[in-house]
Amino acid sequence: MTDMPIENAGAAPAPRKGSLLEQDARTRKRNRAEARFKAYGILAIAMGLLMLVILLTTIVGRGTGAFQQTFLTVEVELLEEKLDKKGNRDLADIKKVSTFGYAPLMRAALEAKVAEIGFETDLKSKEMAALLSKSAAADLRNFVLENPDMIGETVEFKFLAQSRVDGYLKERVTRASIANDKNISAAQLDLVDALVAEGSLQKQFNLAFITGADASDQRPEAAGMGVSMIGSLFMMLVVLVLALPIGVAASIYLEEFAPKNWITDIIEVNIANLAAVPSIVFGILGLAVFINYMHLPNSAPLVGGLVLTLMTLPTIIISTRASLKAVPPSIRDAALGVGASKMQSVFHHVLPLAAPGILTGTIIGLAQALGETAPLLLIGMVGFIASNAPETIGEGLMSPNSAMPAQIYEWAKRADPAFYERAWGGIIILLVFLITMNAIAVMLRRRFERRW
Amino acid sequence: MICATRSQIGGYVGSLLNAGSVGFVVIAVLVLTAAGFVLVRGRAVASVSGDARRLHSLPNYYGYFAGMMVAVPALLLTALWMLIQPMVIQNTVIDLIPADMVAEGSSVNLVMSDVRRVADGLDVAVAQGAMTADAAAALEADQTDVRALLADVGVALGSDVAAPVLEAAQKYRVMTARGTGTMAFVVLALAILGLIAAMWMSTGNFRARNMVERGVLVLLMLAASLAILTTVGIVLSMLFESMNFFRMHPWTDFFFGGKWAPNFRGDSDLSILPLLWGTMYISVIALLVAVPIGLFSAIYLSEYASSSVRSFAKPLLEILAGIPTIVYGLFALLTVGPFLVNVFGRGDNGLLGVEWMSGATAVLTAGLVMGIMLIPFVSSLSDDIINAVPQSLRDGSFGLGATHSETVRQVVLPAALPGIVGAILLAASRAIGETMIVVLGAGAIARFSANPLEAMTTITTRIVSQLTGDTNFASPETLVAFALGLTLFVLTLGLNVLALYIVRKYREQYE
Amino acid sequence: MKDAVSWENDVTTNTVKIAARDVQVHYGDTHAIKDVNVDIEDKTVTAFIGPSGCGKSTFLRCINRMNDTIDVCRVTGDIRIDGEDIYDRKVDPVQLRAKVGMVFQKPNPFPKSIYDNVAYGPRIHGLARNKADLDDIVERALKRGAIWDEVKDRLQAPGTGLSGGQQQRLCIARAVATEPEVLLMDEPCSALDPIATAQVEELIDELRQNYSVVIVTHSMQQAARVSQRTAFFHLGNLVEFGDTDKIFTAPEDPRTESYITGRIG
Repeated sequence: MTDMPIENAGAAPAPRKGSLLEQDARTRKRNRAEARFKAYGILAIAMGLLMLVILLTTIVGRGTGAFQQTFLTVEVELLEEKLDKKGNRDLADIKKVSTFGYAPLMRAALEAKVAEIGFETDLKSKEMAALLSKSAAADLRNFVLENPDMIGETVEFKFLAQSRVDGYLKERVTRASIANDKNISAAQLDLVDALVAEGSLQKQFNLAFITGADASDQRPEAAGMGVSMIGSLFMMLVVLVLALPIGVAASIYLEEFAPKNWITDIIEVNIANLAAVPSIVFGILGLAVFINYMHLPNSAPLVGGLVLTLMTLPTIIISTRASLKAVPPSIRDAALGVGASKMQSVFHHVLPLAAPGILTGTIIGLAQALGETAPLLLIGMVGFIASNAPETIGEGLMSPNSAMPAQIYEWAKRADPAFYERAWGGIIILLVFLITMNAIAVMLRRRFERRW
Repeated sequence: MICATRSQIGGYVGSLLNAGSVGFVVIAVLVLTAAGFVLVRGRAVASVSGDARRLHSLPNYYGYFAGMMVAVPALLLTALWMLIQPMVIQNTVIDLIPADMVAEGSSVNLVMSDVRRVADGLDVAVAQGAMTADAAAALEADQTDVRALLADVGVALGSDVAAPVLEAAQKYRVMTARGTGTMAFVVLALAILGLIAAMWMSTGNFRARNMVERGVLVLLMLAASLAILTTVGIVLSMLFESMNFFRMHPWTDFFFGGKWAPNFRGDSDLSILPLLWGTMYISVIALLVAVPIGLFSAIYLSEYASSSVRSFAKPLLEILAGIPTIVYGLFALLTVGPFLVNVFGRGDNGLLGVEWMSGATAVLTAGLVMGIMLIPFVSSLSDDIINAVPQSLRDGSFGLGATHSETVRQVVLPAALPGIVGAILLAASRAIGETMIVVLGAGAIARFSANPLEAMTTITTRIVSQLTGDTNFASPETLVAFALGLTLFVLTLGLNVLALYIVRKYREQYE
Repeated sequence: MKDAVSWENDVTTNTVKIAARDVQVHYGDTHAIKDVNVDIEDKTVTAFIGPSGCGKSTFLRCINRMNDTIDVCRVTGDIRIDGEDIYDRKVDPVQLRAKVGMVFQKPNPFPKSIYDNVAYGPRIHGLARNKADLDDIVERALKRGAIWDEVKDRLQAPGTGLSGGQQQRLCIARAVATEPEVLLMDEPCSALDPIATAQVEELIDELRQNYSVVIVTHSMQQAARVSQRTAFFHLGNLVEFGDTDKIFTAPEDPRTESYITGRIG
């Protein structure tokens, strides 16, 4: 059969007859398979989008509550005999009165309030005051220290309500769920109902969640994202200041000057691999090198920034190289043609043209760094760390702080629904930052996109 | 013995009190740089009697050259000095500590951190004026209560200061001060030498631009080699601590033991195998979710979808990739976990009426959520790879009367297979190294079990738990994290290198 | 435009296989094919010639509805094969393409073995009852593709490992394996060296015994060598259609003459 002449091989086949206008059974079967296959594709995309929708609705549904907080408005009489026994308004003397000294004033204020709305209860005044946050007394004390001349007068105050009361107004806490709760009782909830009806206990927008500091795990109602936001800001500063110049320099070298040799190959392979190394490994590096070896302070945004810089560099290098590559060789040739050196052609012509692309890549790299959590856990940027915003840049870089994602993790660990709500709310804030950054990147790309 | 924990040390600016003098050196160098720029530029212009056209390079290049000569060697030396000085000082100071103190259930590192702490405390005391520098140097542990003294200036110590530690701390202070002083002198001398050399060289014929460009090229090269340095740093930092670990703990137990049971009183079982099992189990579930969904999405988007559907669905899917992992972690812990418990674990109140699941954290919880996270990763990589398959192959198949799905399944996918395998390997490496989802969603129990509804733990979660909170870098329970990290690094590196190699080969095939 | 088409002097007495009437093709806003009318005969090689971008490939791709795969492409008019309108809604392009095979400009063997390349069509169309049957079909197709002797010992080797000319003959064999009635060839030799081109041209001449072959070519020499009928396209119009000898010796339209004498092109 191998030596069959060509002519024989060319013998006419038996053509399948049959009209094109009728589909045969096999074609119908194949078309059904086709439809099924296409449906799998649609199903897959629908699944992906469904996950996105579930995720986003969960975040919004559970997190928006954190932006509202329950406050109780009461009038407090700032009794002189409690706050300033000597009556000389000397701040040093007033400071000697601790928050415990303010507790009686608050109890009296609550009692007066209950009497005013005519609510009959067996609650003791201490139990009434327990409706307020544990941070209420400190807030009052701070107010007095700032306005010592108000002592002796009666001032209307808006105190944070404690988290169970807040949860009750947000329907997170119900009368059924508090059966074994020692933080609140049914009688207290009756009082809450009365105060809500009267109007002095109500939910309102809580700026302190956005600007405030974290609070201890007894006071979820007072915890805020503000200080960790500053921590994140300082880290991003470090990343920007280090990763952008180093990344651009490395990209210029690799794209424009590097000779094709084994050293360049090793660098390229290294960058590609570092881009895929788990982030926690960078955390270990940071712990071992920056903290254990160089003795930089634990939990400092500087260290976090250094770690994130190393982590972000590959991303920035990869995108910068892409934008350098997109500048056509004709531009370089034109510059070289008028007698510029290679270095001049790159810095005067190629780099400015690639700048929008580099900036876009940098912003996306920063966004990635902003959301990263794992390495921060290892260098101690998690836990109840900073209760005050840093005052100088040096302090901001060096003094212990947390970061937004680490703060969210910290709240998630505290296993209290009130903190969970704050974790989701923190995610909303984090996502607002990320969306803004990505939107800026997209806008830059659209605005400066160049087709050569 | 002073019980110094990381969190306590962290509260102090530590050796950065020295940073003041380092900052001074840096500022001085910068001032010299600026002066050099002006002086040398002026000299170059003067050398051609003000006619800049007769210079070889533009006047500013002479200035840059001077700046380069002054700043680069000086600053590099500063950085190098600061890296090496602590090492030298530590090696000298450690000799002052009697060996029996180290042997007392502690380690060299721990004693050294005590020494540093006392030294820092003395620095604080001197800085606050609580004592003079001479007094600090003359302190004797048996005559003064150092602990009380330092407590007065706000430095709390866990216990009394032993004589050798105080002595070492004083030595440490002296050496640090002397070292930093010497550094300042040498660095400034170097900067001035550079300035003089630049002055001497910068005449009209000097090719300043070429020199500057060569210098810039070296800087660019250094920036590029930071990638190598980072990798070396990662490997070395984990290698050294891992070696410390293997000195304290048998490597056979680590690699071949069957139990993970750290015990801070010592005598722990620290085997990686149960952690590896949990890691792999979760990763496999994640891939089972992500690969079909991601791959089919990519096929649909690149083969079937109209450009309008594509431009709408692709960015939406990619949002999933931009969401930080902490969000997925919270989603696992608070949404998916409780949902699964509702389905599998509520007994008669649940959806299935079974009671197979006891808590929200489980292999399935973490695996599902990680799968969702990986969908866009798989889909965009596969999308690229499917698009790289030449259209001519599709045409060939259509021309033979194949349906679209036959073309995809029998021509496009086989042609794209190496690339897709590469993409899946990259996704697997992601899954293995993912931390936040498993920290929050997988649980903390190390065990071999085939039941996906049970909590298990992974390599990354154990790294986090061994290295956070109060850690003692002399105990195997802490150091094991570095061995785990090294294993994780080697594992993911292997996967990445393999995957990148496959993908690169694949792309070359169609270029 | 119709006047320009010459219908006379058929040398062959073959029946009409493909009849196109008033075919228009739009690519988005571009009018790529304007009012094309042509009758293509069975067991004949018909060549489409014309300058680049004249629409000859576009028209070829209408005949097996390959243009369906391009989103912006719109075809109107009437193309009938054996009297059946191939753009009828009831026609499945899959069945049509089994009947109208195609060979492309660049050899495009699948990244599979030589055997699997050829067996691909018969498999999807279910032409073989069993393995032995499939072996027969593959062997017959490779012989008809005039490549059997070169590959019979390495049927499991990858098709991409063959030389350019061998790859193109493999693609022809692959197209023949589905037992089509019409073979469309889109510049099948443009990526080949002269020796491979000669082999493929020889093969085309042999294929004429069994198929209606339509070949798009850039080379007028090639058209003259392999075809019996030639159609000249210019700017989307079918300018002239007739016996190859006549087109090349005594063209009626001045544009055809300019083209074959090399003044446009």
